[in-house]
Amino acid sequence: MSGPGGGSGGGAAIRTDALTKRFGAHTAVAGLDLEVPRGAVFGFLGPNGSGKTTTIRMLLGLVSPSAGRAEVLGEPIPDALRRVLPRVGALVEGPAFYPFLSGRANLERLDTADPLAPPRTRAARVAAALERVGLSHAARKRVHAYSLGMKQRLGLAAAILLPRELLVLDEPTNGLDPQGTREVRALIRSLADDGTTVFVSSHLLAEVEQICSHAAVLRAGRLVAQAELGALREGARFRFEVRTPDAAEAAEVLRRFGVEPEPAGPGIVAGVAAHALDGGGADRPAHDGVPPPEAVVAALVAAGVRVRGFSAGAGSLEERFVELTGEGFDVAG
Amino acid sequence: MSRAEAGAEPRPAGPATLRLLGSELGILFRRWRTWAMFGALAAVPVLIGLAVRFSGRPPSGRGPAFLNQVTENGLFVGVVALVVCTPLFLPLTVSVVSGDTIAGEASLGTLRYLLVAPAGRVRLLAVKYASTALFCVAAPLAVVLGGTATGLVLFPLGQATLLSGAVIGPGEAFGRLLLMAGYSAVSLLGLAAIGLFASTLTGVPVGAMAATAVLAVVSQILGALDQLEWLHPWLFTHHWLGLADFLREPVAWDSLGQNALLQAGYAAFFAALAYGRFTTKDILA
Ligand SMILES: Nc1ncnc2c1ncn2[C@@H]1O[C@H](COP(=O)(O)OP(=O)(O)OP(=O)(O)O)[C@@H](O)[C@H]1O
Ligand SMILES: [Mg+2]
Repeated sequence: MSGPGGGSGGGAAIRTDALTKRFGAHTAVAGLDLEVPRGAVFGFLGPNGSGKTTTIRMLLGLVSPSAGRAEVLGEPIPDALRRVLPRVGALVEGPAFYPFLSGRANLERLDTADPLAPPRTRAARVAAALERVGLSHAARKRVHAYSLGMKQRLGLAAAILLPRELLVLDEPTNGLDPQGTREVRALIRSLADDGTTVFVSSHLLAEVEQICSHAAVLRAGRLVAQAELGALREGARFRFEVRTPDAAEAAEVLRRFGVEPEPAGPGIVAGVAAHALDGGGADRPAHDGVPPPEAVVAALVAAGVRVRGFSAGAGSLEERFVELTGEGFDVAG
Repeated sequence: MSRAEAGAEPRPAGPATLRLLGSELGILFRRWRTWAMFGALAAVPVLIGLAVRFSGRPPSGRGPAFLNQVTENGLFVGVVALVVCTPLFLPLTVSVVSGDTIAGEASLGTLRYLLVAPAGRVRLLAVKYASTALFCVAAPLAVVLGGTATGLVLFPLGQATLLSGAVIGPGEAFGRLLLMAGYSAVSLLGLAAIGLFASTLTGVPVGAMAATAVLAVVSQILGALDQLEWLHPWLFTHHWLGLADFLREPVAWDSLGQNALLQAGYAAFFAALAYGRFTTKDILA
C-alpha cells in the first residue's frame, strides 16, 4: 500500500485478509479476503446466516476476529478504531433506538457519543439528516411510535450525521415499502456521488444491482465470488429459450446457430450463445457471433417447430452470479 | 502508511465526555422508572410519618431506630426512613440502575450504535459509572427530602437530642440529616460498581439487576452471622448502618473514613473487572 492514509484518495476502503470468526465450533466467517475500492458501492450478498452481519461487526470493532486481519480506510482494525470510526457511518443488523426518546433526541444522543462531532452544529446536522431521510415531520415523535420503516430511515439518518468516508449498511432496505426502497437506493446513490464509499449487505442482488459498482457473494461464511459488476455484465452470455413440444427439432435449429442446447425442463429448450456480449447492452446482440433473435425464430418456424414461447437476452445479473458460483442465492448457509 | 497522515488525532475528550455524561443523566432522569423509584423512596418517610402521627399510640422503644424521637422533632422522620431504607430499598434501586447500565443498552441494541459512534468502551463505562454514582447521591436525598417535608407538616420542629445526650437546633439537625444522606451515598458506591460489572456480563438487564440485589442481601446475611466475624470488616455492607454516627456529638468521622475506604476498594476492584470484561467482549446484541 502506498497511498496516503487520510483523504479519500488511493488504497482500499476495506481490505480483509483471511478474516475469520468462530463461535465455538461453528465458523461464521471463514478466511474472508475482501477488497472494497474507494468510491465503490459494494454489494455484500449472501443468504441468511452466511456471515454478512458478523463480518460487518468485525469491521466495526464490535466483534474481534478469531483469525486474520482487517483494514478500514487504510488503518488496522481494531487498533485504530478510535480514528477510523468517526469517519464511518453504520447500520448494523437493523436499527435500534431508545423508544422513550424522540427521533431527534435519539440522533442527538448518538452524536454526543462521538467525541469528534462538533456540538455547535449538532442541532443543524440532526435536522439536516432527518430531512434527508424524509423524517422531519416525525422528528418530535417518540421512536416508540415509529413504524419499522421509519426506524430504518432514522438508522440511516444516524449514519449520515456527519460527512463520512465510508458507509456500512447492513440490509438498509429491510422493512421498507417499495417507495421507501427506491428512496433509500436514491439516497445511497447520492451519497456515493458525493464520494462516499458504500458497503451494503443484502440477501438479493436484484435489490442492490442498480446501485452497485461491485459485488461479493458470501455463502456459509466463505466468499464465493467478488467482482466488478461492469465486468460481470460484459461477461454475460446471450441466452435463448424456446418453449415447444418439438424439443429435438428445436435443439437442432439452435445448434445450427452455434448455440449449444441444454436440458432446461419439460417442453423447454435453452442454450447460451458461444460468444459473450461486449457490454453494449443486454437486449441487443452486438457481436457477430451472437445470432439475431428474429433470425432464430424464423429458422425455428421454417423447420416446423411449434414455437409456443421464445425469449432471448443476457439474463439477470443474478443468473450470471449463479452461473459463476454454481448455486442460487436461496441456499441456506 | 504513517499514522501521522491518517487524519487528525482525536482531540482531548474532556468536555465531550462531560457532554456524554450530561446526555446519560438526561436519559436516566427522563425515564419514568427513575422517577417511580424516587417516588417510592420518598413515600417511605411519608408512610412512617403518617403511621406515627395517626396511630394514637406513643412509639415504644421497639420498631425502627429513633422512631421514638419522631414526635419530638419532625426531622427524625427522615432519619428513621433512611435507616429503614438502607438494608433493602436503597440497594434495590441502585441495583436497578447499575444493572441496567450496559445490559440495558445491549438489550435495546443501542450499545452497538454507541460503540460505533464511537463512544469508546472505556469512556462509556466511565460515564455509566459516573451517572450511577450520581443516582447513589440522589436516591438517599429523595428519602431525606421526603422525610423533611413529612416532618415539617406532621410534627413540631423542636430541639433534637443526640445519642450522646447533646441537644442541637433544627438547622444543625438538618445539616446532620444531609450528612447522613451523603454517608448513604458513599455506602452505595461499591454496590454500584458490582452492578456495573454484572451488567457487562449479560445482555439481560433484569438478570444483572437481580444478581446485584441478591449480592447486597447475601452480604448482609453474612454480616449477621457471628461465626463469620473475621469476614465482616470486608463486607461492603458492613458500615451501612454506621449512619447513626452522625447523631453523636462530636461526629464519629472514622466510621465514614473506613466506609469510604472500603467502598473505594470495592469500586476499584469491580470497575477493573468491568473494564477487563467490557473492553474484550464481543458485542453481539
Ligand atoms: N452470537 C452468536 N453465537 C453463535 N453463533 C452465531 C452468533 N451470531 C451469529 N452466529 C452464527 O454465525 C453465522 C452468521 O451469522 P450472521 O448474523 O453473520 O449472518 P447474516 O449473513 O448476517 O444473516 P442474515 O441475512 O440473516 O442477517 C450464522 O450461522 C449464525 O448462526
Ligand atoms: Mg445479518
